[in-house]
Amino acid sequence: MSTWSRNRNGRAGKAGDASVAAALAVAATGLLVGGLALAFFWAPEDADQGFSQKIFYIHVPIALTAYACFIVGAWKALRLLGTRDRRYDLESYTAIHMGVIFGLLTLVTGSIWAKVSWGQWWTWGERQLVLFLILFLFYSSYFMLRYSTDPGPRRERNSAVYALFGVVLIPVSFLAVRIAGTILHPTIFTHKGANLPGTMLVSVAVCFAGMLTLAATLYRVELAGKRIDASLRELRELLA
Amino acid sequence: MSGYAADVAALARKDLLLELRSRETLPAMLLFVVSALTVFHFALPAGSSARAETGLLWIAIVFTALLGLGRAFAAEREQGALDGLVLAPCDRSAIWLGKTLGVTAFLVLAELVALPAFALFFHSLSWELVAAVALADVGIAAIGTLLAAMAAASRARELLLPLMFLPLVIPVVIGGVGASVAANPGSFLAFLGLYDAVFAILCWASFEYVVTE
Amino acid sequence: MTTSEKYVTAAYLVLLGALLAYLLIIALKVGRLEQELADLARAAREKRGG
Repeated sequence: MSTWSRNRNGRAGKAGDASVAAALAVAATGLLVGGLALAFFWAPEDADQGFSQKIFYIHVPIALTAYACFIVGAWKALRLLGTRDRRYDLESYTAIHMGVIFGLLTLVTGSIWAKVSWGQWWTWGERQLVLFLILFLFYSSYFMLRYSTDPGPRRERNSAVYALFGVVLIPVSFLAVRIAGTILHPTIFTHKGANLPGTMLVSVAVCFAGMLTLAATLYRVELAGKRIDASLRELRELLA
Repeated sequence: MSGYAADVAALARKDLLLELRSRETLPAMLLFVVSALTVFHFALPAGSSARAETGLLWIAIVFTALLGLGRAFAAEREQGALDGLVLAPCDRSAIWLGKTLGVTAFLVLAELVALPAFALFFHSLSWELVAAVALADVGIAAIGTLLAAMAAASRARELLLPLMFLPLVIPVVIGGVGASVAANPGSFLAFLGLYDAVFAILCWASFEYVVTE
Repeated sequence: MTTSEKYVTAAYLVLLGALLAYLLIIALKVGRLEQELADLARAAREKRGG
């Protein structure tokens, strides 16, 4: 059996994995539907922004989930470099893949929110969005790196180091964008953190949990797909 | 520890001597940066602020650095010498450090021409700007050297290096431009120092994973 | 629908659209993998001397 699909005990993926994925999917559905129900039926409408603030209940969870994916990707990358176990390469790749998808969604939902809040599709004053743009560009280059390097240990290690750079870039860019605000663009104060009523906080938290579980479900599906792909390629070479 | 320092010094000296003899990269960087500054003059409509011009200086520096970095491992690649270096009994991170020192030297030499040219074409420089350029050089050289080694393994290295480099260099540009134009350059200079420290350590620690087969 | 409601709906539709697009991509991928597996099974059979 190929190196990529053995789990920790050396056994190939079996029915156990499938039930974990199913459980995650069910949990994701429950948490997301529940969280959004709370957001629309229980949480009050925002005093300043009105109904448009409801975007916040997916935009922020998606953003936080993207960060989580990048962190998981970096963690898997670290494990690859530390243990040289090649299965971590696909895991890191998948996590970052998920992160980029959620990152793109963050930019799109954030853009819609900017349009409805300030009348522009993009504003450099919105720090969260600018940070995500930088990270999106960075992690998109991750794919360029993978596509243009031949498969093998070299590509795995380069990808892993790059993934680590990404996670270091997150706080550094955050700081950079923050100080940039003083000279480059006026920072618009958003309502995200300031004095959230308890109901809103709970709703967002449930949505966040749901989004994370969704990401975990998609991660497993995607990882399984990538592993099968790799195994088939190996089989093809063996049979050729 | 002196063995390590000696390795680093030897590697840096090798790069500088190679350049001294071949004179390929540095003249190109000098010419490029002056050409870029000329282009910028024509790119700025009349009445553009001094701040815009300062911003463009930073762009010139970033792209000149990219030009030089594209050649950073060229000599090793063409001569097939990188394997030899990696097999040498020195710490792999010493290769990174030696190479980075070399790249920094190239950048500084290029800026010895670029900054006076800028002062001539546009407006005079503040000492904060020069300090920011010096700090930025370290960060640019550090990450650039590592990324150049990564790109060297790919089939599209001339394309890949700028793509990987630019997002990482955005904080440097922010710090540099900020230090050049802001009322309180201190925090920007401190940020550049932080960037240099964080990424230099990261590059130093991870270089061996990037070059070993 | 007010403008606010339109934009909020658009944002949620983007999320839904992304999920469905992902589902589509995975479905296509599974189809491709199935096809490849069938090809490889055939090749293995032939190699066995089938």
